[in-house]
Amino acid sequence: MLDRKLLRDLGQIKSQAFAIALVMAAGVAMFIMALSALFSLSGSQRDYYVRYRFAEIFATAKRVPLNLVARLEEIPGVARVYPRIVAQVSLDVPGMNEPAMGRFISVPDHVRPALNDLYLIRGRMLDPDRPQEVLASKSFVEAHQLELGSTIRGIINGKQQDLTVVGVALTPEYIIQIQPGSLLPDHRRFGVFWMNERQMAAAFEMSGAFNDVSFLMERGANEQRVIGHIDRLLEPYGCTGAYGRAQQTSHAYISDEIRQLSTMALIAPTIFLGVAAFLLNVVLARVVGLQREQIAALKAFGYSKSAIGWHYLKMVLLIALVGAVLGTLFGYWLARGLTRIYSELYQFPTFEVMMPPRVVLGALTVSFAAASLGALAAVRRAVSLPPAEAMRPEPPPKYGPTLIERIGLARFVPQIARMILRQIERKPIKSLTAILGVAMSVAILMLGSFSLDAIRYIINFQFRLAQRQQVTVSFVEPTSSTARFDLQQLPGVTQVQPFRAVATNIRHGHRWRRVAVMGLDGEGEMFRLLNIDEQPFVLPEEGIVLNDKLAQILGVTLGESVTLSVLEGSRPIRDLIVTGIITEYGGVNAYMNRRALQRLMNESELISGAFLGTEADVEPSLFARLKQIPQVGGVMLKRAMLQSFEDTIAENILMMRTFNILFSIVIAVGVVYNSARISLAEQSRELATLRVIGFTQYEVSLILLGELAILTFAAIPLGWLIGYGLAAILVTGLDTEIYRIPLIIERTTYGFAALVVVVASGLSGWVVLQRIRQLDLIAVLKTRE
Amino acid sequence: MPASFQPPTTSNEAPPVFKAQGVTKVYQMGDVKVEALRGIDLELHAGEFIVLLGASGSGKSTLLNILGGLDTPTSGHVFYRNQELTAWSDAELTRFRRSNVGFVFQFYNLIPSLTALENVALITEISEAPMDPGEALELVNMHHRRDHFPAQLSGGEQQRVAIARAIAKRPAVLLCDEPTGALDVSTGILVLEAIQRVNRELGTTTAVITHNAVIAKMSHRVVHLSDGRVHSIEQNPVQVSPSELKW
Ligand SMILES: Nc1ncnc2c1ncn2[C@@H]1O[C@H](COP(=O)(O)OP(=O)(O)O)[C@@H](O)[C@H]1O
Ligand SMILES: [Mg+2]
Repeated sequence: MLDRKLLRDLGQIKSQAFAIALVMAAGVAMFIMALSALFSLSGSQRDYYVRYRFAEIFATAKRVPLNLVARLEEIPGVARVYPRIVAQVSLDVPGMNEPAMGRFISVPDHVRPALNDLYLIRGRMLDPDRPQEVLASKSFVEAHQLELGSTIRGIINGKQQDLTVVGVALTPEYIIQIQPGSLLPDHRRFGVFWMNERQMAAAFEMSGAFNDVSFLMERGANEQRVIGHIDRLLEPYGCTGAYGRAQQTSHAYISDEIRQLSTMALIAPTIFLGVAAFLLNVVLARVVGLQREQIAALKAFGYSKSAIGWHYLKMVLLIALVGAVLGTLFGYWLARGLTRIYSELYQFPTFEVMMPPRVVLGALTVSFAAASLGALAAVRRAVSLPPAEAMRPEPPPKYGPTLIERIGLARFVPQIARMILRQIERKPIKSLTAILGVAMSVAILMLGSFSLDAIRYIINFQFRLAQRQQVTVSFVEPTSSTARFDLQQLPGVTQVQPFRAVATNIRHGHRWRRVAVMGLDGEGEMFRLLNIDEQPFVLPEEGIVLNDKLAQILGVTLGESVTLSVLEGSRPIRDLIVTGIITEYGGVNAYMNRRALQRLMNESELISGAFLGTEADVEPSLFARLKQIPQVGGVMLKRAMLQSFEDTIAENILMMRTFNILFSIVIAVGVVYNSARISLAEQSRELATLRVIGFTQYEVSLILLGELAILTFAAIPLGWLIGYGLAAILVTGLDTEIYRIPLIIERTTYGFAALVVVVASGLSGWVVLQRIRQLDLIAVLKTRE
Repeated sequence: MPASFQPPTTSNEAPPVFKAQGVTKVYQMGDVKVEALRGIDLELHAGEFIVLLGASGSGKSTLLNILGGLDTPTSGHVFYRNQELTAWSDAELTRFRRSNVGFVFQFYNLIPSLTALENVALITEISEAPMDPGEALELVNMHHRRDHFPAQLSGGEQQRVAIARAIAKRPAVLLCDEPTGALDVSTGILVLEAIQRVNRELGTTTAVITHNAVIAKMSHRVVHLSDGRVHSIEQNPVQVSPSELKW
């Protein structure tokens, strides 16, 4: 019997219940999406790492004799050692002007790599007797639409050589394929290749030696200690320092992503379910208030308190169930979309949407918990009503003059405005929470748009203000600085700014980082260092300049000194004063005056590469020439980098933004629509009376709209504030060594957030207004309040 | 105190304030038809005070609501000063109620969030030539409670505020549906006195619904309704003041 009443009661508030269910659904969807992506990503990652033996420690060196492997194996805590030859190869790919970069990795004859195994997708493994064969990474093959049997030309140790792609492969080492020194993947310009070990040893003069080594540790071994041992053994061979997975680019990127997903899985549902709980509280309180007499009657019939409590709880649980089911379906759909994006960005052998039952169960649990929490107060009120008191109608609400009137402005307030203000002031908690709800909607919108603002800012800062070169050329080996004049001669080159990059360890107290120190000429024209105000920073003659992230990691401030251990050449160790801290939004970098670095290294004028300024239209011939120069190891084209950056990011951001808008509209509509419906219900008697005594439809609507307008307009500044706060939290959360996001929020973002919420409120107000037309003017006269 | 005032029913130049011709009202309740009014012909004249008497369900409220422009008849015509009310749109009816009709209901229907004075001011703010709200409250002897909210007033006091609200705009007609229905005798008398005073001092055409035959003695004319029809009309030569009514 009670169940039939339940359904009928729900029928009475069906559109409100649906709006609440939608808010819940949005929260559940985000929860499901984030968690399912989290599980997919971390599950695939774990699987992949284990099955393809992803190493735990990595080291590169100049040239290490193979007989050192035995000593490396003896290091306590080392379980496995896998030496390889790894080389950077400049590639000439058909259909592309500028050279691409290939990272060539050796593969032993006939056996699988002991660590960092590769997963062959298509084709076959290498034939050790055919020197020209390579395997290529899937993303590179796809970006260039290469076929099995396609050939590309590589400059291997100064000699051009045609290479045949016989297979397409993946590796856990490059789940995300990012060129060293780049912020984002660019699959056209960077690829991973595998080549037979003997062939590589011959080509790179590495017979009986290796230049790259990976390790697996024994269970429970201390990574730092093992790394210490490795460094000591490899140091004489030009090792720039071993490092663990945390500093391995691909692993670091995925770990960052996983961390962000778990933040999202926590924050987003909290906001949405919180709002839903509030709405349930308001609506149920209203229902219980109206049903006082029924409750009393039920109690008189002998229904127990718990039966009555359960009855009302069931009502909200039913709403929560609808929300959870809708949210799960939608969340699954979102997760599939996210998975599609991920599978472009991250290359796994298999990558599928994972939705373990416990995720769904978790979603159901949190939505039920939120619903119960929201229902708590109202249910308690229903349960604890003494039957006698409940038989009487609720005592009339108490009204008083509002603040505006108390401060003496009463004369300026028309009666209708007084009605609105007193209605709002009578239930301050409810009004404030409604304001908070709408404010959340504003805040969510701001979060969505703010990331776009921030990314635009970063692009402008890094790539237009700081790095004004068009092309960056890096040499295979440090080269005499006279090479700059050769570069100057190349077609279309207008400016050349040479640099020297040196692998180092920078230490301050017990904190240290492996950093490539870049030696620049003081008056850099293209590659410039900037301070936080976007002003150029002139590199001092002496000392070292750190970017803000590196300074933060080392805990060092201006004027303090750091210890620089160079990992190349004569490996000097020197204390240097920090003479500047500059702003950068990607990476951890250090800079020195090129001459000072040269003195420190005690070397002749050597450069590692140069930044080039070019005329826009001569690039094809420039690239053609660059491809011919054996010393050129890498060419980075800024325009191409920006393009690929925008391609990947823009699409994702657009999608995120769309859902952001959708979700915040759900919240705004949910809150405003429910507030309006309840106000209408609470005031329908007054509104009908006003109509009877001659107020027009329009005037009566103003009363309702006025309340909504006040709620909405009070919510907007609060929402801006919350949005700013959340953005600040988000920015801190996303602050990694890979990149940082500045807390930049454009005025248009504030405006856009406000506009969307105003429109959403207006729409919900309009829907409710349709009900004013249906007010029964006569019925209201026949009943006592 | 016997009244000396006679409504100008005899002067033929002025059209009747209300004229109902063959008014019927049928409510369709699913399959059941309820005939609330079965053909009413009635005239109300300027300054007149009439009482509508009849058993519960005889159609009194339905008739009054139709006259006040709150409801429309199923068939028949209603004229307000020679203009056909029954031809007006919803917006025109609203304007009519706003400027010409004062309503008083059994349950007062005050706005709970506004004080007595504000409830009256609510109307004067939207009227063309209203009284001062305080003056309207004085007319019903409620000036001393002007700053109280409805919840702080007794039923009779609330009803007097409702009357002040109804007349503050100086309406042509005052329509009261069982104004004392929820009140005890002594407070009911105060309310009726207020209504009578409005009728006399402002000359407002007044119709009061009641099922209490005693009240009829205050009026100029008593219209008996029965089963949706006008059963009889009796002229009341002498108007008794409410305080002399015997309940
Ligand atoms: N909205 C309505 N729907 C259906 N029937 C109605 C409605 N309003 C009134 N009635 C019916 O019309 C008849 C007359 O009602 P009413 O005018 O309120 O009587 P009175 O005011 O004389 O008591 C009654 O039988 C009543 O049940
Ligand atoms: Mg009635």
